[in-house]
Parts: sequence; structure tokens; C-alpha cells
Amino acid sequence: MPVENAVEIQGVTKIFATQYALQNLTLSVGAGESLALLGHNGAGKTTLMKLILGLLRPDAGQVRILGVDPVGKGADTARRFLGYLPENIAFYPSLTGAETLAFYARLKHHPVSDCARILDRVGLAGAAGKRVGAYSKGMRQRLGLAQTLIGSPKVMLLDEPTTGLDPELRNGFYEIVRHLEEEGVSVILSSHALTELEAHTRKIAILRNGVLIAAGTLPELRERANLPIHVRLRTEDTGASDNIMSQLPNGITPKRFNGHAIELALPAIRKMEILRHLTSTSDGIADLEVCLPSLGDLYLYFQNQSVPS
Amino acid sequence: MRSILIIAIKEFRDGIRNRWFLGAAGALTVFALGLTFLGSAPSGSVGVDRLAVTIVSQASLSVFLLPLMALLLSYDALVGEVERGTMALLLTYPVARWQVVIGKFLGQTVGLGCATAISFGVAAGCLVWLAPQSTNWFGYLVLVGTSIMLGGIFVAIGLLISAFPRQRAAAAAFAFIVWLLLVVMYDMALLGWLVADGGQSIGAWLFNFLLVLNPADAFRMTNLAGIEDVRAAAGLLGTEMTGPVAGITPLISMVLWMVVPLLLSVMVFRRKQI
Repeated sequence: MPVENAVEIQGVTKIFATQYALQNLTLSVGAGESLALLGHNGAGKTTLMKLILGLLRPDAGQVRILGVDPVGKGADTARRFLGYLPENIAFYPSLTGAETLAFYARLKHHPVSDCARILDRVGLAGAAGKRVGAYSKGMRQRLGLAQTLIGSPKVMLLDEPTTGLDPELRNGFYEIVRHLEEEGVSVILSSHALTELEAHTRKIAILRNGVLIAAGTLPELRERANLPIHVRLRTEDTGASDNIMSQLPNGITPKRFNGHAIELALPAIRKMEILRHLTSTSDGIADLEVCLPSLGDLYLYFQNQSVPS
Repeated sequence: MRSILIIAIKEFRDGIRNRWFLGAAGALTVFALGLTFLGSAPSGSVGVDRLAVTIVSQASLSVFLLPLMALLLSYDALVGEVERGTMALLLTYPVARWQVVIGKFLGQTVGLGCATAISFGVAAGCLVWLAPQSTNWFGYLVLVGTSIMLGGIFVAIGLLISAFPRQRAAAAAFAFIVWLLLVVMYDMALLGWLVADGGQSIGAWLFNFLLVLNPADAFRMTNLAGIEDVRAAAGLLGTEMTGPVAGITPLISMVLWMVVPLLLSVMVFRRKQI
């Protein structure tokens, strides 16, 4: 059996009233691959997820999840292997945490007896008997994650999963996500927290006003953007830094900070050449730091690139 | 089937948990008992069967109360979950949209049906003591059965109302208008027309047909026209009960009023963007 792409989106357009929510978007996520969706508010991240889930219908183009049309035949079965955490998750307030999870487990044909384990995994074992209406934001979010873990999901869609969580919960959250990825689950998540995503080497898609402006892994995006690498040097004294400044190869722009610190901006491909040059020819370098463009830099770069001038 | 049952059971439990069915059963019991004792007061003098009188008064009450209760219960069923955000999550589970609609219909109809059966059962217990020799117990069973159906009809209509709008308030307003039109205004309009027309263009057949076309009137016809004693108590002796109001036609009308709105709400809800 050929391995189906987890998600396949081809030329999808979605219009709300007269506004394009998504415009001719093509994107695919392989089985076991993960994707991070980036974009400003209203860029179309949630719309894209809802299209994948079959909550919305595309106005043009084709969506496939695990090989089936999410609004067509066979979608019910495919949804058994799906987990979704909406941006603003809502539960039935009068049910307890355990009852909520049991309800969803039954719908997914998953043994209710397993729910206690799942609640424990997200750290809600102590609050299982409490009404969901009395849960805090963090607890609701964890219950939201718990319900995505029911069964054996192959694809997970997490919409802004860490908003409103404190740093400790965030870490715990990514811990669980990392485990899932290791188990071969495709995790599609959207977030604003760029530094959090950077720690994960996954495919990144950047949306702007419903248009996909960049997609690829972090190294691929770095290569495409070709943003300068920054090398920061701290020298022992001012004389040493004068010396370094005068010996620099062509094409490198140095910037000096408070006497004996220098920052060099250089194209990524010259990294090794410059490092070799610095370590072989220059004395008096006390410390050296190489800064690759961050995801934040890349995000801003692609956002600005896409603005029609 | 399994998914329908899960949704139905949840809906039923919700109704019990929030005391909705309890409240409905309580209100219906109070009314049913009241009518059983007070409504049969005049029967001694005219010699009509006590049970028959009770059937007439309870049918007249059910025809107003049950549709209202059913609509209050169901208008929120779909749009409420869409607005609160629980529907988006529910529909990402392996459950088809038609199963959600049917499941909710079953859960609410059974819940309201239980409330109806309990309250009418309590009244029946008293009637056994008040009118032990009555021959109209079959009529009472028909009343209970069709009352449960009447609840189901308006649950289905309420679900259809719930499938359309984006806001709950709109559904609530619409549900009230539908109740007013079907249960209150329809009869008045029909009567007004009959009086104004003076029997010129409306024959008995057309009039009866128009009656049977309305679910509330079909319910009345099934209960009031079926049994001679009941007809006497309802003041319908000597009326022409032929054509569309005879036999099982009103019953067929009721079944259609349950099935068609349900199918329509499935169709509307399937196209809905959440």
C-alpha cells in the first residue's frame, strides 16, 4: 500500500463574503511529517485547518486528508485518525473532565477505561471529577490536548495551542507533541510564538493574507532568504580590534561596539571562509559568537518580501 | 447507529442533568392532575364518561403546551453548540452530521416523551380510581402516544429552526413565531376565513383537508374524532367526520410532520459552514 500524504491541499481558494481567506494555496504534509503554520492574525491559518477538517468547504481546489475528501465519502472513518485542538476550545460546562473525555472516547470507538491514563498524561488526573465549567484556561487547554490523544491519531491539528499557557505548561505541551512526532504522528500546528517553534526542526509554512509566501524547513528557508549571518567578536583590547578591522577580506561590513567588540555581517556561504580567516590571521580574539538568522528574522523577511512594492 | 446512540444518550442525560425533563414532567403532571379533577367536574350532570372529558381537556392542553416545550428544548440544539464552539470539535470526530441531528432528535424526543408518559401516567392512576368502568382507555392510550408524537414533531421542527441561523437569539425568535403560527394563528385564520366565507367556497372536504395539514390540528383530530364518547365530550357529535379527517389520515399527517422537518434539517445542517 502506498503511503498516503497526511494532508494534501491543491489550489485551494476560500472566500468569505468578498474577501479571500485563502488564495490558490497548494501545500502537502507527508505521513509522519510535521508542519508549523505561521502568519499574522487573519492570515488564514484557522481557515486552512477548518478546510482540512471539513468544517468548511473550499470554493475552489481540492483538499485531501489521509487520502479522502474531508467533506466527502469516507471522511467519517478518516476522522477517527484525527485530533483537533481548536484555538478557543469549548466544552460542555456541566460535564466533568472524565465525562467529557469518555464522551469523546466513545465517539472515537476507543475504550473509556483508557481515559484515566490520558488525563494523567496531560496532568489532569487530580481534576478528573471536577466540572469543566470550573476549569482554568490552562486546564481547559490540557483537556483539549487530552481529547486529541484519544485513539491512535495519525494527524493532529493544533490551532494556537500554547496561547494562554505559562512557560512550564508550554514546555510540558511541547514535550507531548515531541513524543507524538516520534511515534510518527503528523502534527500541524499554528503559533505566534516563533522562538518556541524554532526549537523544533519541522517544516514551516508562512501565510500572508491567505497566500502561501514561503514553505520549507528552517535551513531551507534560511538558504532561500539568504539573510546575512552575524559573527560577533570580542577582542582583548582596542588595538586588536583595529587590527582585525584592517585585515578583513572584501565584502564584509564590520560594525564596532564600545571599543573592543565587532559585529560582522556576512553572506551565509562565506561563513567557514571568514571563520578560518579570523582564527588564522588574527590574534587577540577573546570570544566569538555566530548568530544564524532566527525564525523571527526569516518570518519578517518573507512577510516584507511579499508586500507588493 | 452507534454514534447516533452516543449523541442521543448524551442529549437525554443533559436534559436530566439540567432538570429540563424534570421541570417538563412536573409542569405536565400539575396540569394533567388539575384537569383530571377539575375538568371532570361538569361530567356528572350530563352523563358523559369522566375519562372522555379528561381526554378532551388534556388533548386541548397538550396541543398548546407540548409544542412550546419541544421548541424551547430543540431550537438551541444545533445553533447553540455552533455558537458556543462545541460543534466544531464534535464534527471533527468520526460522526456524520446527519447522525448528530438524528441523535439529538432521538434524545430530546425520548426525554420529552418520558416526561409526557410519566405525567399522563400519574393522571391515569387517579382516573382508574375516578372512572373505573370507563370503556375509553384505548382513547387514553392514543392520547399518550400521540402526545409523545406531538413532542417529536415539534422537536423536529425546532431542529430545523436550529439548523439555519448563526445566532441563538434568531432561532429563539423564529421558534416562537412558528409556535404562534402553527398552534395559535392557524386555527384562528381558518375559523375567520370560514366565517367570512359563509361556506361559499370552502366545502367540508377542503376545510377538513386544511385542518389535517396542520400538525396540531391533526393531533386534535386523532384524539377528538376517534371515539364516540370523546366526540360527545368535545361537542363534536353529529359533525361530519369524513374525508381527510377520517381514519388514519391525521396520523399520516403527523408522521410526515415529524419526518419531513427532520430530513430538511439534516439537509440544511450538512451544508452549513461551522
